[in-house]
Amino acid sequence: MSAVPDLKLLVPGQALPVRTFQCEPVQLFLYNAALWNADRIHFDHPHTTLTEGYPALVMAGPLLGDWLAQAANEWAGDAGFLRSIEYSNRRACYVGDVLRSVGQVRSVDTESGDVVLELAIVNQRDEVALPGTAVVRLARA
Amino acid sequence: MSSVVDPGLLSLIGKAAAPQTQLVTRRDIRKYSVATAQRQRKYLDGDEAPPMFHVALFWPVLPLDELSANGVAIDPMFPDIPGRRPMAGGLKIDFHRPLKPGDELTATRMLTNIYSKQGSNGSLIFVEVTMTVIDSAGEIVLTEKTTRIMK
Repeated sequence: MSAVPDLKLLVPGQALPVRTFQCEPVQLFLYNAALWNADRIHFDHPHTTLTEGYPALVMAGPLLGDWLAQAANEWAGDAGFLRSIEYSNRRACYVGDVLRSVGQVRSVDTESGDVVLELAIVNQRDEVALPGTAVVRLARA
Repeated sequence: MSSVVDPGLLSLIGKAAAPQTQLVTRRDIRKYSVATAQRQRKYLDGDEAPPMFHVALFWPVLPLDELSANGVAIDPMFPDIPGRRPMAGGLKIDFHRPLKPGDELTATRMLTNIYSKQGSNGSLIFVEVTMTVIDSAGEIVLTEKTTRIMK
């Protein structure tokens, strides 16, 4: 994880660390088990591909949303607080995909400590699957 | 450009689901944290819940015979609109404080808006459902607005 960002040194356009996520069936199963989500497109491969016509098991949208939230939350550090997040599910992702979370600073309010971040989950073809924004409040020195 | 939404649909604005109360436990936080590949110790140890943990906490637990044949828990808050199919929508969540083991939280969901916009291939109807989560002291801990687009 990166060092805690210094509010005084932040400028719009500054990039967040990139994190790679490998979409694996075991993690997808555990995620949906933690939710109690029995949608067969997340665990039943023949049903998903032959009946519903998807190329592979479908990643759960809220799991991608969590990865987006983690990008902002980890960047803000322990003393920071994720105040809000907003995203849209634009493109389905599948087991076997290699995704990454990316982001950059959009604006900085040095009075309140609030930083607006532009975020996205991007697939291995550089297609944006989940664009979003977040507001984190950083601790002031 | 907005277009007209059927008055029958508009009358659904304000429809609310029964409040649901759930207890936050360390074990559930740990399961969620492992499943989402959290990297912060406080989450993996279950001392605090990751921001999106409420998604798991309030996912509906239905009897097997109430799930659809493909295993889906149908969300009764979103109306069926004849001739239209749901497209991927979006979420906006405002967090007021982190969740911790022992928190007893109550979620109330309400259909808060239905509106229409003209897309390049015809009209789109947007349905918004807002979930408000309060703690046992009545303080709001988070709100989540889900928007489903019907094409």
